[in-house]
Amino acid sequence: MEHKQPKFRVMGDRSLLVELGDEISREVNRRVRMLYFSLIDCNLGGVVELIPSYAALLIVFDPLRISLAALKAGTLRLMETADPSRIPEPRIVRIPVVYGGEFGPDLPWLAETHQMTPNDVIRHHTATTYHVYMIGFTPGYPYMGEVPVEIATPRRDTPRTRVPQGSVGIAQRQTGIYPVASPGGWQIIGRTPVRLFDPTAWPPTPLEIGDAVNFYPIEMEAYGNWQP
Amino acid sequence: MATVAVMEVKAAGPLTTIQDRGRFGFGCYGVASSGALDSVAMRIANLLVDNPEEEAVLEITLPGFSATVLADTVIAVTGADLGWRQNDRPLRMWQAHRFQNGDAIAFRELNSGCRAYLSVGGGWEVPEIMGSKSTNLSSGFGGLGGRPLQKGDVLWAASPQLFLGAGGRMFDLNSVPAYRGCWQLRAVLGPQDDHFDAAAQDLFLNADYRVSPHSDRTGIRLLGAQISAKEDMAESILSEGVVAGTVQIPGDGQPIILLGETVSGGYRKIATVITADLHLLGQVLPDDHIRFQAVTMREARQALWRLEEIIGRFRDSLS
Repeated sequence: MEHKQPKFRVMGDRSLLVELGDEISREVNRRVRMLYFSLIDCNLGGVVELIPSYAALLIVFDPLRISLAALKAGTLRLMETADPSRIPEPRIVRIPVVYGGEFGPDLPWLAETHQMTPNDVIRHHTATTYHVYMIGFTPGYPYMGEVPVEIATPRRDTPRTRVPQGSVGIAQRQTGIYPVASPGGWQIIGRTPVRLFDPTAWPPTPLEIGDAVNFYPIEMEAYGNWQP
Repeated sequence: MATVAVMEVKAAGPLTTIQDRGRFGFGCYGVASSGALDSVAMRIANLLVDNPEEEAVLEITLPGFSATVLADTVIAVTGADLGWRQNDRPLRMWQAHRFQNGDAIAFRELNSGCRAYLSVGGGWEVPEIMGSKSTNLSSGFGGLGGRPLQKGDVLWAASPQLFLGAGGRMFDLNSVPAYRGCWQLRAVLGPQDDHFDAAAQDLFLNADYRVSPHSDRTGIRLLGAQISAKEDMAESILSEGVVAGTVQIPGDGQPIILLGETVSGGYRKIATVITADLHLLGQVLPDDHIRFQAVTMREARQALWRLEEIIGRFRDSLS
């Protein structure tokens, strides 16, 4: 549900969670994004870090520089007066994926579970435009939705101890990409040559909250020759 | 500014990394802050050798680190007492000492605390990545090649000879926190304290938790009273941003205090350790005992003022 008024929750004496809803919804997430960019734009003194997520924005602040009351008041005022024309347009990002084979070890099982061919799974996965809800878990990891119900699949019972960099996975109606090799429990259906996290680049990741993502299939040869 | 090789690592010990105050402003990209877990010890170590407070230091976890000094420098060690020695002679901690080319540094035994902080006049020279020299171990960047120090590593500092005048400077040991093994941590309830009933909150605040050996730079795992959310609550919440010090309650009911290597998560947080006590988390050892004490926002801020006043007084005394 979308909250009519933002719900403020304190996380210790130096961070404030502004909760705008309690479910995965594009509308709630758009409001989170709007507040996030408005706060960046107004450059409120004492704010150290902003972490947007599905339905909330975490504002980390320096309690010796700004009071909780001032932060709440500033947030409410921004929500009333924010100028949508100052909010950057979401980007549309196309991401190439090699589906199946050694890059997508869970694709055959996933197809079987849904009584379709692997090509049907690929068709469903590439037919949707996904919304980036948040970046988290590891640097650059995009949480995207919604995966079509036809191919929505729960996480693996036993997470893998190491999922290779670039792996594209499904968990229920979410899809994501592992920017660095890490442990993980999502169903892996393919791999992208796109680098999702580069600590020396600016910005360090090509995706951001609110962006629209389309996947498209490529062949193994194209993976090896892929240039950004 | 001349960069000089000042130290060669002979033994790295269980875990030694380069850390500064941390990497802030990149949480929106999923990048955690990292940074010295005991930021107070880190700041004092830097002040002792005339560095900016937020300069990078070595964070030395448990005894075992040893090194050879390669140039005339001034060095200070704060935080855990790991039996630090110059050429086999014990040295006072929380003090800046002069070292000469060829001197040996060693950390031999665990006396108190978990992490020592070693600063060098001029500061460790490593590239800043996203505005910080801190090592992010899980993603492998920052610090020295994104990894822990290893035997044979040579560490560099910027113009260490300009800082020799700091030698002999001391921090009042009466102002040093006691690392006793029984920790009373002050915490503000929330952000999801309302997902736990009064009995569960009482249980949490009266429990004597033991620290699990599976604790590391990502979090302190606790063993003891099992805390459950209200019965009508789903197993997890929507993933949201987190800060160091927040106490999450996973499905097994055993609390985990998150440290600075996590940006988001989907577990409920019953309470969050106050900023003034965060530095203590860097000194907690496996098998230590932890109790939580609920305080108000006002008390939390007053505690932070008092802590900043101690550091501020020391800063003012230096000229």
